[in-house]
Amino acid sequence: MQDSHEFEQLQITLPSGDVAYIKAGDGKPVLYLHHSWGSPGALPFHHNLITSGLSAIIPDMPGWGGSTRPAWARDVRDIAILIGCAIDTLGLGPVTLIGAGFGGYVAAELATMGPSRIASLVLMGAVGLYPEEGEILDQMMLSHRQYIQESFRDRKTYIEHFGEEPETQIRTLWDLSREMTARVSWKPYMHNRRLQHLLPSVTCPSLIVYGEKDEVAPRSLARQFERILPNAKLELVPNAGHLVEFEEPKVVADLVCEHVRRIS
Amino acid sequence: MFIGHFTERPYQDPESGYFGATGRSITDLTMSNASYDPKLGARLYNRYLDEKIYAEEMGFDGLMLNEHHSTPFCMGGVMNLEAAILARITHRSKIVLLGNILPIWDDPLFLAEELAEIDMISEGRLVTGWVRGTGRESVAHNAVAPYNWERFQEAHDFIIDAWTRPGPFRWEGEHYHFRYVNPWARPYQDPHPPIWIPGVMSRNTVAWAAEKRYPYVMLATELEPTKESYAYYTEVAQEHGYETGTQHRGYLFKVHVDETEELAEQAGRKFVQGPSNPFLEGNQGIVRPFIQNLPGLTQRNNLLPTMRSFAAAASRGRAAQHKAETRKPTEQKKPEKFDTYVDQTKKYSIISGTPKTVIPKVKHVLETLRPGSIFFWDGDGAMSHEDSMRSLRLMGSDVIPAVREIADELELKSPFEVDPRTNQPIVDPNESESTDNSSESESA
Repeated sequence: MQDSHEFEQLQITLPSGDVAYIKAGDGKPVLYLHHSWGSPGALPFHHNLITSGLSAIIPDMPGWGGSTRPAWARDVRDIAILIGCAIDTLGLGPVTLIGAGFGGYVAAELATMGPSRIASLVLMGAVGLYPEEGEILDQMMLSHRQYIQESFRDRKTYIEHFGEEPETQIRTLWDLSREMTARVSWKPYMHNRRLQHLLPSVTCPSLIVYGEKDEVAPRSLARQFERILPNAKLELVPNAGHLVEFEEPKVVADLVCEHVRRIS
Repeated sequence: MFIGHFTERPYQDPESGYFGATGRSITDLTMSNASYDPKLGARLYNRYLDEKIYAEEMGFDGLMLNEHHSTPFCMGGVMNLEAAILARITHRSKIVLLGNILPIWDDPLFLAEELAEIDMISEGRLVTGWVRGTGRESVAHNAVAPYNWERFQEAHDFIIDAWTRPGPFRWEGEHYHFRYVNPWARPYQDPHPPIWIPGVMSRNTVAWAAEKRYPYVMLATELEPTKESYAYYTEVAQEHGYETGTQHRGYLFKVHVDETEELAEQAGRKFVQGPSNPFLEGNQGIVRPFIQNLPGLTQRNNLLPTMRSFAAAASRGRAAQHKAETRKPTEQKKPEKFDTYVDQTKKYSIISGTPKTVIPKVKHVLETLRPGSIFFWDGDGAMSHEDSMRSLRLMGSDVIPAVREIADELELKSPFEVDPRTNQPIVDPNESESTDNSSESESA
């Protein structure tokens, strides 16, 4: 994985606790919300965004990584509200909000709470809607390794990223992240049936990106987001799995940059 | 001494492919119930009830039931129904539920009502026990794993209130909400049935039980770590200003008695054959650690010494960690002819023999642990009804009388002889006069 030396490690304090984040670049801000298994730091995808002139802000969502756990939180919406507070505190709005997987669920919830913070939305392999076809892969019934492996297009790509034996630090991150995921999304698992009724009010430009080989979020979710969001464009990335931004960092970063340019 | 009888009530299907010594291994929570045969289920439920009736006839003080879900190793998914039947068809023995899995109840008022009915129908013979459950149970009834401990505590507080506080009242808690708590059923026993807490490895639960002076029943854990866990209970008790006695300690262990040593070995080996509890060391089952050790189910740094025992570790999905932590250079490979049954009999994890050989081993366990309540775990895995009945008969004729004598010598008093809440002797209203005014207490 690419070194994150360009990124500053920062922190803000909300009434609910500290939010740790990393930041790099000076251009238009994009805020990246990580997958359910936590943020592994700056990815080649993020570096590509910065190279293209954007500024990337990558928080550990409250309860994940270095951010304080809101022990009271019971719903993904609670996390979305806290991310909204973080955007306000950082003065980022209106910002391009990128949500990956579970982070896409958080981003979609946040987008329904008012347009002023969000300039545009990018949902990558996002969950949050109840799929019309297929099922969202249940990580609680798999080992960490199995789940992350299933999130890649193939085992080879998984090993390229995490090796045969993931480092202790990574396994600890997965373990603690899974607990926080369970605290807010054990049931209903990774979806909110109310969301489909709220998303039609999200009129900002939205880019929907899914890997064609996504085995975690069913393909029907991509079509549903495209259909329900009034101003959405869908891009399917060939030969990519659920972790589309890990596997195709250049392709996905180009799509995001084009999306940001289009709304400017 | 209180002596109880227990079996997991395995779903024994000789046609299943996972039955007996030659059956394939069961991987926990991977089997479809498509092969479940309700007619076989009917025979087995009635068999196990018949065995409980016979256990009462043979002199057992307690008939213990337990609860697991979505698995063939225990048919007690709705243990309270079995308890309700026993309440009606037995007459003397206590009905000991170890235990209801509190966190998986979304409506603990139902549980309060059911237990009160069982207590009434049995005319005050219910001993209620409450557990947190393993990952399987949280998965099977979809209880949010990270809130397991919070829900356990709140459900406990709620049920106690529902039993003892005049209704109607409201309950607005963190996890449970009721606008009208006024169950038209209250326990027969005053203020409520005795509460015993079974467990294997959570320090939280031991400390909590000790704070509340609830007897703690260690479930088939190895002797030394069990002793250390009792010591932890005592340490917490002392912090709360009281001394523990035998009345605070219970122990479940595998004991089978048979007519000959050969028969005893044949039956004893069936303890670890399918479909027995896959947590048991050396049996044919496979536990999936990531399900047993669900996120947030137990605190990772708050485990009892019993975690060192394989079964306890496996029951919480920590078998791999256990192996890594206990492996010594010389122990990296088991001997080629390793015999798990022999190994377990050496460790007193399984006691199986004729009365002559079983009684001294039981005595060793009693001397080592000094429990006031014990449960013989028998008739499990691949054991047949005939195996169970032979054992029950010999327990009644030989083992139970001998164990009572040993217990008297060792002064092992049960919670029905010395009140764990006060450490005062309990006077039997049927006896004309009390013979002992001293309170039994000691440091474990």
